[in-house]
Amino acid sequence: MNNLRVLLIGIFFGIVLIKSEVVSWFRIQKMFRFEEAHMYLIICSAIAVGAISVFLIKKFQLQTVSGEKILINVKEFQKGTIIGGILFGLGWAITGACPGPIYAQIGSGEALALLTFVGALLGAYLYAYLRPRLPH
Amino acid sequence: MNWLLQPWPWYVSGPLLGLTVPLLLLMAGKTFGISSSFRHVASICSPNTKLSYLKENNWRSESWNLVFVLGIMTGAFIAMRFLSAAPFPLLPADYATTGGMAKLLVGGLLVGFGTRYADGCTSGHTIMGISNLQTSSLIATASFFAGGLTMTALTAFGIF
Repeated sequence: MNNLRVLLIGIFFGIVLIKSEVVSWFRIQKMFRFEEAHMYLIICSAIAVGAISVFLIKKFQLQTVSGEKILINVKEFQKGTIIGGILFGLGWAITGACPGPIYAQIGSGEALALLTFVGALLGAYLYAYLRPRLPH
Repeated sequence: MNWLLQPWPWYVSGPLLGLTVPLLLLMAGKTFGISSSFRHVASICSPNTKLSYLKENNWRSESWNLVFVLGIMTGAFIAMRFLSAAPFPLLPADYATTGGMAKLLVGGLLVGFGTRYADGCTSGHTIMGISNLQTSSLIATASFFAGGLTMTALTAFGIF
């Protein structure tokens, strides 16, 4: 049941990714060139809704629909937050796609996005290989 | 119904994207994030790997992430096929050349490596992490943009 709900939320998210056009390389370019406010407004309003939701969930100690306690995974700061973050940003501007949109591009039939995905998979392997030697 | 087939304005689509955060928390007890799926797929593809990052990854207990990603692909298909008046271009036409394909592969590698090293992407850090008021996610997001602006400048000057 849990997986069915997750699938439906994924479908919802995928639809909005396409309808907001944040999956378009051109939108990402216009964002980084400060030619269009579209992306910034979307990101900020998404954060606003997310932040209010998290605040309310914590304030009223809400539980999941199955009655479980809600735990939010916290990401700790480490050197990779900056180094990895910058490297991701470089790739984001080239491909015009962050991870969510990579999948959305593939799903919508953009075959070239498969290359972006294969690249990302190779990137995950490279990180797994280099991880013992990288500063964290 | 016509508005549905047009691109949705930011004040509709932005809040809807943000709604994914409480939906996942309340309906499934999951913290929104996408880039860990790269790690899971890599783990699945290499069951005999010696690399601890992939070997010690219990992807089965995190399989919801792959279900979520499957949902994204399905939703994107539905939206492009049935909810769009006209399909819009996702990538520049010249990305269909050999050089363009190499760019996508290299760019994808940076996305995969960078998000794993930073432990999150625009979903897990920028939307989920900042919503949870995590300083690390704010720093990560600033780094994403530092990288993106740098690459855009390099491209503008014809360096990349």
